[in-house]
Amino acid sequence: MNKEIDLGRRKALSTGGIGLLALFGGASLLRPGEALAEWNQKAFTSKAVEEALQSLGATNPEESSIFIRLTVPEIAENGAVVPVGISTSLPNVEQIAIMVDKNPNVLAAVFTIPEGTAPEVTTRVKMGKTAHVVALVKSEGKFYRTSKEVKVTAGGCGG
Amino acid sequence: MGKPMKIRASVKEGMTEVKILMQHDMETGLRKEADGTLIPAWFITEVKAEYEGRTVLEAQFGQSISKNPYLMFMFKGGSAGGKVKISWVDNKGDSRSDEVTISA
Amino acid sequence: MNTNQICRAVMVLALSTSLTAVAEEKAVTDSERIEQYREMISDGNPAEFDEMRGEELWKTPAGPKNASLEQCDLGKGKGVVKGAYAEMPRYFKDTKMVQDLESRLLTCMTTLQGIPEEQITAKPFASDKKDSDISSLATYVAGQSKGMKMKVSTKHPKVKEAYEIGKRIFNYRAGPYDFACSTCHATSGVRIRMQDLPNMRSSKKDAQTAYTSWPAYRVSQGLTRSFQWRLNDCFRQQRFPEPKFASEATIALTTYLAVSANGAKYAGPGLKR
Repeated sequence: MNKEIDLGRRKALSTGGIGLLALFGGASLLRPGEALAEWNQKAFTSKAVEEALQSLGATNPEESSIFIRLTVPEIAENGAVVPVGISTSLPNVEQIAIMVDKNPNVLAAVFTIPEGTAPEVTTRVKMGKTAHVVALVKSEGKFYRTSKEVKVTAGGCGG
Repeated sequence: MGKPMKIRASVKEGMTEVKILMQHDMETGLRKEADGTLIPAWFITEVKAEYEGRTVLEAQFGQSISKNPYLMFMFKGGSAGGKVKISWVDNKGDSRSDEVTISA
Repeated sequence: MNTNQICRAVMVLALSTSLTAVAEEKAVTDSERIEQYREMISDGNPAEFDEMRGEELWKTPAGPKNASLEQCDLGKGKGVVKGAYAEMPRYFKDTKMVQDLESRLLTCMTTLQGIPEEQITAKPFASDKKDSDISSLATYVAGQSKGMKMKVSTKHPKVKEAYEIGKRIFNYRAGPYDFACSTCHATSGVRIRMQDLPNMRSSKKDAQTAYTSWPAYRVSQGLTRSFQWRLNDCFRQQRFPEPKFASEATIALTTYLAVSANGAKYAGPGLKR
């Protein structure tokens, strides 16, 4: 799997913008100059929170449940869809990331927040079992984190 | 080309709220078929949101994002009638772009 | 033993040993938490994609006759989709049958489009690998009754008869576990694992809430499921032989449950665990 991504990525990169356009299909609206930021493979294949933090350049983030508001359900009826909302009162937020500490690949998403965009995102993650959802926020070059436990009930039987 | 998204964008008190629902299997690469063969990973890796050519959000996704990904965010400066464009690419190189007009 | 078998075993065990009202206080707390979870995921329902797909299927010519379904009469006149689901099942003169939405779609797909019935009923439900046209169509049509009051009439004697048969099926105990629909769905305050089970026999509210939320996107399956699928799976869980798609028995049971939901606003397509 990793190899596959890697190859695709390398091919896209080596052939430059025009290659990207061809790879993504002519119908794509992505123009050469608009190639998206590079997917952080190292971070997204991290097996532990510490490892993912390191890959994101966030060693020893400050624990802060005051400045970061992490909204998750106490119980998820099914781990296939767990809503996660993160917002923060921290200034000049550049990045927000979501991790699930017991998932095989812990990093779920990294958001780049440009100026003018609210430091607030909501998405949905998969959780294999009861675990902690970790919110990471980068503000003025410094990292902050908080986490909450979500209980995942035995699900997926499809009854 | 990927399947169409559902996008809603509305502006209130200077903030444009964008809600996106993408159509994608988001296979983790860890699931198995009934016969034991591994289902290959297949998931959206990058998402980009633009308002009238200005990037208002960029996201990188991993395998832990749910099937048919949902995303909500807000940005300043959008106005009713303006267009928000969302684009994604996945790890197989497939992509999709859709546009929506901001409502009041 | 695969996951599904384990799940089934666990479920039967849970039902047979603990189908009793759970301690009031804990039940309320957990129910509230689950309610909170459901509320949080209620926005952005992937069933909308099935509605989109269904609408396109409805309007696009297909089948050997290369016809769309826009001439299909769902009971409110040819091509009228709006509000049709809120009044189904109903009696149709042309087929001389009481039909639910899916059986009616089957009629239209076979007569108007010329698609052989077996081709549709061989695999009527969606899977990871394949979408189901008839399920998407049902989701689209049902969605066009959103916010409208359920108003299934039993004036026609055939509908009344279907209702009575459906009621009997609901309470009919059989199969290797001596189960009936009513074993799980006729007592208030019971649950399987974390799920409260609707009392569809004597709680009007439960019956309304349950019925008006289908078709629904099941997050555990990542698929939108129709009401025929729901009944089919209930019979499977009871270890009954699998009912034929859109059979008289499933239509009768649907009639009983739809009539029990009368008066409530149709709230689907839903989003479930």
